[in-house]
Order: sequence, then structure tokens, then C-alpha cells
Amino acid sequence: MAVLLIAEHNNKELRPFTLNAATAASQIDSDVHAVIIGQNSADAAKQLSELPVVKKVLSVEGAHYENFTAENFAPVIVKLAENYSHIVCSANTFGKNLMPRIAAHLDTSQVSDIIKVISPDTFLRPIYAGNAFATIKSNDAKKCVTIRPTSFDPCESTGGSAEIEKVDASEEFSNTKFIKREEIKSDRPELGTARIVVSGGRGMQSGDNFKLITEIADKLGAAIGASRAAVDAGYISNDHQVGQTGKVVVPDLYIAIGISGAIQHLAGMKESKVIVAINKDGEAPIFSVADYGLEADLFEAIPQFMEELNKLNTIQK
Amino acid sequence: MKILVAVKRVIDYNVQIRVKEDGTGVVTDNVKMSTNPPDDNAIEEAVKIKEAGKATEVVAVTVGEEKAQETVRKALAVGADRGIHVKVDGILEPLAVSKILKKIVDKEKPDLVFMGKQAIDDDCNQTGQMLSALLNWPQATFASKIDVKDNKLEVTREIDEGLETIEIIVPAIVTCDLRLNEPRYASLPNIMKAKKKPIEEIPASDLGVDVSPRLEQLKVEEPPKRKAGIKVANVAELVQKLKNEAKVI
Repeated sequence: MAVLLIAEHNNKELRPFTLNAATAASQIDSDVHAVIIGQNSADAAKQLSELPVVKKVLSVEGAHYENFTAENFAPVIVKLAENYSHIVCSANTFGKNLMPRIAAHLDTSQVSDIIKVISPDTFLRPIYAGNAFATIKSNDAKKCVTIRPTSFDPCESTGGSAEIEKVDASEEFSNTKFIKREEIKSDRPELGTARIVVSGGRGMQSGDNFKLITEIADKLGAAIGASRAAVDAGYISNDHQVGQTGKVVVPDLYIAIGISGAIQHLAGMKESKVIVAINKDGEAPIFSVADYGLEADLFEAIPQFMEELNKLNTIQK
Repeated sequence: MKILVAVKRVIDYNVQIRVKEDGTGVVTDNVKMSTNPPDDNAIEEAVKIKEAGKATEVVAVTVGEEKAQETVRKALAVGADRGIHVKVDGILEPLAVSKILKKIVDKEKPDLVFMGKQAIDDDCNQTGQMLSALLNWPQATFASKIDVKDNKLEVTREIDEGLETIEIIVPAIVTCDLRLNEPRYASLPNIMKAKKKPIEEIPASDLGVDVSPRLEQLKVEEPPKRKAGIKVANVAELVQKLKNEAKVI
């Protein structure tokens, strides 16, 4: 039986992580069908049909699908699930919200946030915020799997021409009503998906001093992170918190400034490709995960860092 | 309005996890355990709603072994009125937990069920959504703000793109984000008082729920270790390395 991929989109176009989820789905089985549920989402459905890994697109349209409520989406997918061995989508807030609702209806134990497909029934997933990896085999007849998007490359987005089949809508779930969505419009990339993250810790000593971090982040086109200690001290709001109880980030470059490296912080960033630590305490645990460590007073090092960056002809964005 | 809050006992977030040498799991013997952090936010919010006069009773429930009762006791110490401990040995999958919670909901008939958005041990992020599916109730996941308006809740949710506001009609499930509130600490007198609050013990086997595992954990291992890095002498060297060696800026 084929794999059913749930497409994430904004009714106009696919959201990028759909491509990563499509790659994971194609590693489970080459026969991937994709369902797109929305309102006036024909353009996004067409885009989905052009992914070479997708063999067939199922399009479901309805006014009650405009805002992607799980209560409306789940019954559609539960009905389609009959014909599929696996249901797959991204483990971002869209998929995390939706998939367990489907799995419970199917009486299936979901496998969340996988980072590797070992075989069609066996997957690798991080537990304890990435402090351990578990190999999980699902014995359910139907498998519901969410995938960590950053662990799978996006699939090719052109060249395919899958058939698009219309599927009937399900009834509206009337006890949940969408009111509004406020998308954070910032020039700064989102913390969870940024290529570079610059984080400050308790060593920043005050909220005011975080503007030093902001300057570096602006220069590098980076997101701003913080340790729990800095958040608890009130230097910065907790939506910036990186760590086991905050966000788990895997950027190409993570710069930890004035962060000692508590376990709970390391859990949220140690999978980053390149880690830089700037700390005046040479014994700080952060140095044990850093590719490049600089033992220095951050209040001297940050201005110098800006100066050196300013000397560069080009900075990758 | 009656609020049921589900809490889970997990390894404390400050503990360095150690993987067992035989690959069967992580070491939990003699390790500090605590309430799952966002479950503390769930209890706090329920107690705040009661203090605002919008709820009549807050009931804390946990599903787990003998010692899991500590988390219920802690919930009682910060303001929950009574507790329920569904006793079961071993580790249950979220699907099984949600089936047990459904039985408790059938019995207690709460208007709202709160819990943390995710447990920091298995990181599954499933139980709340599964429970709402089984009950066919509305679900507001990743809640960072809750306004109670009669039989409706306006909930702001943390989503990847920013914030989303939805309105749900009770009975409903809310899973709580860390940004929802600042959990209070239990005062000593309240800890003493909590000792007198009732906790009902229910063996899971009495609930007639199939909790047999569907997943096999074949192996638990340490994540790949990072190669030891180098210390640079100064900022100029650091920037040069980032530019020319790591090629990330």
C-alpha cells in the first residue's frame, strides 16, 4: 500500500517543509500520494503535483478548511487512510497539532519527530531533547509518522506531473472557530529555522546588553536565542529560549555568548553544524561542544567581533 | 466550570540523561524526578482560572507508577483541590494514556482538560490531541494565552508562523506552552495543607483499557558525539576560521 503525505500550505503555495516530508515519505515507499486540504488551494495542489516523488494528488476543498484546523482535517484523512499503509507529515506545529488526532481515530500509536527511516516500520527518533536516540519499530497495521523537517533534504520541486483527484469534503466541526493569525513579520529569520543563531546567556548581565547580540545578529542575518538563565533573569522574552524546555535549533552556525552551557541548553543546540562559544570562564561546559572556543570577556570580544565582521567584503546571508 | 489537569512525572530538566549500557533505555534509578515543566503551566493556569472565580474545582490526575503520586501532591500544593492517581507500572504510550484519561473524563465530566503541550522525556507531543480525538472535543494546542468567556475559551496558540487565536466551545482540551504563565512555588503551609487533600487511587486494570504497547523500542543510544573543537586566540582568528575554514559566514 502507498504512503499518504499530508501537504502543508497556505492555500496559495506549499509550505517549504512539505518538500522535506515528501523526501521522508519516499524513503518509506516509492509510491507516495499526497493530500492537500484547503480552500481555493488549486495553485498549491498543482505545485504538489509537480513534485517528482508524488505519484498522485488528492485535493479536498471546503470553506471550513481555510484555516487548517485539525478538527476539520482529521476526519478527511481518517477516511482516506483506509487505502494507505502510512500517513506522513512534518513535525512542525501544523503536523504536531494534526497527526495525533488522526492516529487516535485510527487506533494507531504515532511515531513522532523521526530523524531517519531505517525501514518501512522502523525509525530513529530523538528523545530527551536529543540527549538520546531511540530506534522504534511500529507494530500497528497503519503507521502515523511525523518527520523532523531539518533531518531530511527537500525533494525536487519540478518535473513531476501527478494526476490531481478531487475528494469529497467532510462535515464541519463547529465547536472550534478560527479567529485570527498574526504572522510575525520580521526581517529576522525565525529561531527554529534560521541558518545562523546568536544566543546570549546570563553573562550578558542585563537586558540592555542584549543589544550587543542584536547588532551581531543583524550583521549576520541571524535569529536571536537565549539560555534559560537569561530568560529567567528577565533579560529577554522566553520565545527566544533555546534548550530542552525551549526551542531545539539546528542552524549551520550557533554562536553562544556568555552561556555556560547547562545541560538543558546544550540539549537544544548541540546538533548545530558549527558551534562558537565566547565565555570568560575557560572551564565552562559550553566549550566541550564548541568547534571554536574563545576564552574572553564578552564585552571586549563582541565589539571586536563586529569590527572584524565589518572588515569582511561579503557575508553569506 | 470544572478543570481536570493531567500531570506527568519525568526526569528533571536539569539532569544530564545517561543512556543505559545495554541500550534498553535511560538511567532513571537515583535520578531527580519532577513534574513535566509545561504541566506546571497547565496547573498554574487552572488554579488562576479558579482564583478568578471562573472555575469551581481543579482536579489533578496522573497516570503512572507509585511515585508518580508526587506530581499530584505537588499540584495540590499549588492549588488543585483533589487528585487522582491511575496506577500502572511500566511506560505507557501516549495512545494508552489518552484512553485512560478518557475513562477519567467519562467519570469526572470536567468542562476542560489541561495538560502540557509535550513531555520532556519521550517528546511525543500526542496525548492532548489524542484525548480530544477520542472525546471528539475541540483542541487548543500550544496555548500561550487563555481567556475564559462563559462556555467558550479564546485561546492564543504558538505556531511556527507566529500566533493563532481560536475560539473553542467547552468541553475542550487545552495543551499548554511554557509562555502561558509563570508557575508559582508551593509555600510551606500549602505543602502541609496539600498532605490532607484527597488523592483517589485507581488501578489502571480497573478501567478496562487496552494499554498494550504498539511500538517496540529496539534500542536507545547516545547521539553521535561532537568532535572536540579548538580554542582560538582572539576574535580575528575566530572570524577568519568561520569565514575560511567552516565557511559559514
